[in-house]
Amino acid sequence: MTLFLNQLINGLQIGSIYALIALGYTMVYGIVKLINFAHGDIIMVGAYAALLAMTGLGVPFYIAIVISMIVCVVVGVVIERVAYKPLRSSPRISSLITAIGVSLFLQNLAQTIFSATPKPFDVKISVAPIVIGDVSINFTTLITIVVSLLLMALLQFIVKSTRTGKAMRAVSEDMGAAQLMGINVNNTISATFAIGCALAAIGAVLYCMAYPQVKPTMGSLPGLKAFIAAVLGGIGIIPGAMLGGLIMGVAESMTKGYISSQLADAVVYGILIFVLLVKPAGLLGKKTSEKV
Amino acid sequence: MLKVENLNVFYGAIHALHDISFQVNKGEIVTLIGANGAGKTTTLHTISGLLRQKSGVITFKDKNLAAVHPHKLVTLGLSQVPEGRRVFAQMSVLENLEMGAYIRKNANEMKNDLEMVFSHFPRLKERVKQLAGTLSGGEQQMLAMGRALMSHPDLLMLDEPSMGLSPILVQEIFSIIQDVNKVGTTILLVEQNANMALSIANRAYVLETGRIVMEGNARELMSNDDVRKAYLGS
Repeated sequence: MTLFLNQLINGLQIGSIYALIALGYTMVYGIVKLINFAHGDIIMVGAYAALLAMTGLGVPFYIAIVISMIVCVVVGVVIERVAYKPLRSSPRISSLITAIGVSLFLQNLAQTIFSATPKPFDVKISVAPIVIGDVSINFTTLITIVVSLLLMALLQFIVKSTRTGKAMRAVSEDMGAAQLMGINVNNTISATFAIGCALAAIGAVLYCMAYPQVKPTMGSLPGLKAFIAAVLGGIGIIPGAMLGGLIMGVAESMTKGYISSQLADAVVYGILIFVLLVKPAGLLGKKTSEKV
Repeated sequence: MLKVENLNVFYGAIHALHDISFQVNKGEIVTLIGANGAGKTTTLHTISGLLRQKSGVITFKDKNLAAVHPHKLVTLGLSQVPEGRRVFAQMSVLENLEMGAYIRKNANEMKNDLEMVFSHFPRLKERVKQLAGTLSGGEQQMLAMGRALMSHPDLLMLDEPSMGLSPILVQEIFSIIQDVNKVGTTILLVEQNANMALSIANRAYVLETGRIVMEGNARELMSNDDVRKAYLGS
């Protein structure tokens, strides 16, 4: 039972990080139908930004998060304007390939600037673990889960109830009709990228607290996992990304606990394959029929 | 109010509109009729900036629209009900109407506007919480019109409002169009259903393969032999 609870909590920790990153994939896909493969590398950008803020500028941890968010938002919005916007009316494969190009560009740029050597990410949070019975919860773990849940609730609120959020939903349903309503489509798309990147920045810092190492290719794996989480939950659907992320995190950690660490990824991908076979649109996905 | 002069529009190599010129005066109901593929929707899309013309000038309230961003048109007082309604299916009726008032930020005004829309379309009031995608075709048409009215347009452009609706609903929709016109909104109506369109319009233009082949008083066109043969089926 103790093992189960421990693994569940670990799974929720990594799962909520996946979920935060997956939200960026799914929101961008929902609005411009683009799989933004560079989104994983935004994590790396966020991690370096936070690291530099702390070691270079010497700012405290929580300010480093804010700086990291600002850097990621700027980078993400610039990428959209420079690389994706000119291709908005081209075939989707063009922007997909561009996204892969942007991903490689960011990784290599980081390697040129910071070298390929991993740098340690030291955050000393000296709060004793919380012990409930046999289960002890790390403070970092607790923070990660709580922060992620709060952010997801905040995002739901933004999308459901604010003017910008409603505009986002309108643009994602019908860009032309949204424009007829007077919605500035370009700004709305930028806002979507900005929110996705801000969440990725927070995800990046939380990820670094769990795996305290920063290197140019560090975004690939969590990026891929988060992308799978988004697909698993139903790409384009915000609650789907949250659900997908949590399922993946828990499945991964349970496999590590009960079967073998090496099989963790295999099990996760296995779940994805199974879900896609049974429900191709993802867990919360709706059946899409081509309009005639 | 709206003036279109020598408009030429291409889809790639296809010349879709040839030197189209027409105008809509304040307070009028003007209709553009013509068969499928005549260029009616192309004309509207060019006015609303979803398509760009090769040559020709479109002016609205003496302002050249070439210099106006498409999403700014609503702020000028030009609103469109697109072909096929294009309501936001995953959003509620109320949210759809709110989107129509996107450019207006005053909450009190919006409340009054909602009442105004509900007075034209009482059926929408019963369904404010429902997702737009679950409405019937006629209700979606009403929602699309209500949404367009939420921006307080001076000119309302309607693209095939009768499409896919039963004759009774078409009657209802068209009488609402007349009501909307009576309270001060100028109307540009694009229709395949020439009979209905001519019966409520002041003036009409007949489009054929991208050219305006006839224009004039709606009542006169209705009794014109060529028009009757080609569009009114008698």
